[in-house]
Amino acid sequence: MTVPAASRPVFEVEGLSVDYVTELGDLHAVRNVSLAIHQHESFGLVGESGSGKSTLAMGAIRYLASNGRVADGSVRLNGVELLGLSPKELRALWGAKIGVVYQSPLSALNPSIPIGRQLAEVARQHLGMDSAAARGRVQEMLTKVAMPDPDAVMKRYPHQLSGGMLQRCVIAMALMTNPALLIMDEPTTALDVTTQAVVLDLVAELKREFDSAILYITHDLGVITKICDRVGVMYAGEFMEQAQLKELFKRPLHPYTLDLLGCVPHFDPTPQKRSLVTIPGSIPRVDQLPAGCIFAPRCSFVEAACTKARPPLAAVDKGHLSACRRWQAVPPPAEYLRAATEAVRGVQTACDTSDVLVRTSDVQVHFKAPKGTVRAVDGVDLDVCEGQTLGVVGESGSGKTTVARAIIGLTPRTGGSITLKGESLPRTTGRRPRSTLRQIQMVFQNPDASLNPTRSVGDAIMRPLTLLGGLDRRRAKDRALELLQSVSLPVSYFDRLPHELSGGEKQRVAIARAFAAEPGIILCDEPISSLDVSVQGSLMNLLMKLQVEQKTSYLFISHDLSAVQHLSDVIAVVYLGHVMEVGDATKVLTPPFHPYTEALLSAVPLADPDVKQKPIRLAGSVPSAMNVPSGCRFHPRCPRNLGDVCREQEPPWREGDGDHRIFCHIPLDELERLQAETLVLEAEEGA
Amino acid sequence: MARFIVRRLGFMVMTVVLASIIIFFATTILPGDVASQILGRFATEEAKSQLRTELGLDKPVVVQYGTWLGNFVRGDWGESPSMNTLVRPIVFERLGNSLMLAVVAFVMYVPLGILLGLIAALKKNTWVDQTISVGSLAFIGLPEFVSGLILIAIFAIHFKWFPSQSAIPPGTGFVEALPYLILPAITVALTSLAYVVRMTRSSTVDVLQMDYVRTANLKGIPPRKVLFTHVLRNSLLPTVTVVAIGIGWLIGGLIVTESVYGYPGLGRLLLFAIQRRDLVLIQSTALLIVLIYVVANLIADILYAVLNPRIRYS
Ligand code: SF4
Ligand code: SF4
Repeated sequence: MTVPAASRPVFEVEGLSVDYVTELGDLHAVRNVSLAIHQHESFGLVGESGSGKSTLAMGAIRYLASNGRVADGSVRLNGVELLGLSPKELRALWGAKIGVVYQSPLSALNPSIPIGRQLAEVARQHLGMDSAAARGRVQEMLTKVAMPDPDAVMKRYPHQLSGGMLQRCVIAMALMTNPALLIMDEPTTALDVTTQAVVLDLVAELKREFDSAILYITHDLGVITKICDRVGVMYAGEFMEQAQLKELFKRPLHPYTLDLLGCVPHFDPTPQKRSLVTIPGSIPRVDQLPAGCIFAPRCSFVEAACTKARPPLAAVDKGHLSACRRWQAVPPPAEYLRAATEAVRGVQTACDTSDVLVRTSDVQVHFKAPKGTVRAVDGVDLDVCEGQTLGVVGESGSGKTTVARAIIGLTPRTGGSITLKGESLPRTTGRRPRSTLRQIQMVFQNPDASLNPTRSVGDAIMRPLTLLGGLDRRRAKDRALELLQSVSLPVSYFDRLPHELSGGEKQRVAIARAFAAEPGIILCDEPISSLDVSVQGSLMNLLMKLQVEQKTSYLFISHDLSAVQHLSDVIAVVYLGHVMEVGDATKVLTPPFHPYTEALLSAVPLADPDVKQKPIRLAGSVPSAMNVPSGCRFHPRCPRNLGDVCREQEPPWREGDGDHRIFCHIPLDELERLQAETLVLEAEEGA
Repeated sequence: MARFIVRRLGFMVMTVVLASIIIFFATTILPGDVASQILGRFATEEAKSQLRTELGLDKPVVVQYGTWLGNFVRGDWGESPSMNTLVRPIVFERLGNSLMLAVVAFVMYVPLGILLGLIAALKKNTWVDQTISVGSLAFIGLPEFVSGLILIAIFAIHFKWFPSQSAIPPGTGFVEALPYLILPAITVALTSLAYVVRMTRSSTVDVLQMDYVRTANLKGIPPRKVLFTHVLRNSLLPTVTVVAIGIGWLIGGLIVTESVYGYPGLGRLLLFAIQRRDLVLIQSTALLIVLIYVVANLIADILYAVLNPRIRYS
């Protein structure tokens, strides 16, 4: 959206510095940052964890923990300086002129007060309404955020609504007073991708309808492209670059931005893959900043002069600011990507029955619950071939993790069979022979859950070597040191304890330990989901490298379709405990799609402002596995629902090319015809 | 909710039955032959067996237990050998006295404890917080007979504000009894106060860090209102439980405190019964105490559920 240049920004931050007083002294968490947002404009604040993006936002509106303080600068909202205001004056702005939407809507709402009353509070406080009028206003706002049945929702308590519904309530609350500034702090990070798409659509729409300037905080470059007009990239408490959205993506003029763009997997269904850009090292702590350019230790364009003086954020083009003194040397992204990454093993498709390593046939995992049976996994057939990666993608509640736990035997299956190299596996680990245990290893989402905090890294890796590999301690130690090196950790980490490591490093240890047993297959359950994008990229590279070296198979489970498509040879799309579509990665990612796959693909926010995605949005949320819908379990949400057949009859498996199968009543050629008109990705502008 | 209460009631009945079994066996079977205890070692075998028949001791244990429990439920609590009177009126009279004491203590420590806990939480890690926390902790460690004697020394003997002994005659009304209740009530309250303070403090500290408190603050609602509408409701939930479970402590405290002050309550009655080996009296008193304890817990659970919609609506 273009704004008349003369108009004054609604929200201006100038030279803001925020300190935290700690035992170690004052930490300068945010240093000398400036930004301006105009009416109707949205400013995306991107950065990895520790970049200070939330501190910047909360410091600017003067809501800091008791040990935080604004050390310097100026913040103006509609020309009014915020930094001199008394607590009472601030309270008159908070909720009235400044609305905030938070990351986790469930914890942002009071669990013991009905939603309607929580929202009405704002209207009563700032709009001077009595309770009846406030109720009316809440109803009106809930309707504006497209909430079905606002009256019923107002009487509900937070735990009775789904995440997407709750986030709509919080957005309605934040916009109640038509605030001048709306701060959104990772508002969709806690949501499923299909819900995220719906909420992002809503935000984009509300942006037009309301007058607010939006400060949108996120780590997700894809989400930024859906919402923001202007973007600022933060690193260790400072801006590295600020530019209009398309400028920033097309022609980043700071090496950090360039690297960030290269860390996220490119969405492309072609079988040939390239590695991802990695950024060596990690974000420096704010009390240990390097002299000179703070990105210098990790920058691939660094030269001696960079470490002498810190380059200021300066205008390098119209509306484009960069804190790199060598911005002219920064190459276009496509060129850089080619140079900084290498071609890696492409997608493999060849797989005979004899190559099948793990096969699940009609696997079921049902749990007895007080009010019925939870059908967490409800008839799953999957094959993992030797040396290949099977990506399993699905939203929360799809049962994808339970499938993995059933395979490794942590959760006993209640039906069906699982074979390893053709031999049937007992249901639990306790009944499996050691040789089988060694064959199947698992890497969990949270490495803390699998690493004993009192055991050193070396011990953790040596355990499977001595226990399952039968090595004596001396040989085990040698092997453990080798493994450390193969996951790119220094051998000095051998004696460290897990808490001395960063999240990404712990996950590397977990991967090293999984490989220690020389398994046939490693089950990776969301192994990168809780990590920063740059760390995700390097872990994906590592997984790919090790797979080529060790010929190990992976079952890679993730809600992140981009990561799954990047790593997988075969992809299975699961919904509510059942496979909806499975086949070679290329086949699954090109039409014909299962209607659910189609919706997932259209919901993934691609980190490319030029692609237009066909908006296919799913209504409601994933039903409970206790009440699996009749017929096709996807029918209540399916945009292509055929009516009675879908509601009443279980769909057939439709066989496509090779091993491609789709679980749907619509024949493949029909799907292909329908989806040809509505291609998920439209061609790039001018490409 | 109804299901929840029914389930809790079920638990409660089970607890009481279990406790009654333990009490019955501990008092009837374990001490050995009751007949020779009552009649003395030199009684004739005939007399003893006659008494056994009278008391039903020749019947199988299960039948004895059933008869005993049935009688208890019907209100026939038997006659106390050591006092030569019916057990029930005595126990009820003492129960009334104990309840008076408990209520006075309760009124003292619950509001005060919540208030102090809140202040400590709001002033977390300041000298105010430390004073409150350390101060209240000191009293947990102080046994009732020590604090009781100190209180007597100061307020009864030195200042002569309150009587040092609280042996009120039977049938004393609440108003006349009040001056006699103050010191014992303070003694009981002091030990329980710390629990309430600590629970309120820690749960309030937790709640103050919740995201929804940030939400409320950033709605621009005045701090006092945030405290009352958003914080208290959630932070007092665990306190309710502690207070109710504390009733159990209260009873324990009563036994000692009542002895220190010579106050004729249930606790002293139980102590007296134990000293006299009056098994009939012990049985009824003990089972009654269990009942009070269980009912207090039931009330705590229901209160917790009423205050917590996550339980109410599941
Ligand atoms: S100033 Fe130098 S070190 Fe810093 S980003 Fe630019 S090239 Fe890299
Ligand atoms: S079977 Fe029907 S409801 Fe299910 S995915 Fe196909 S079209 Fe949709």
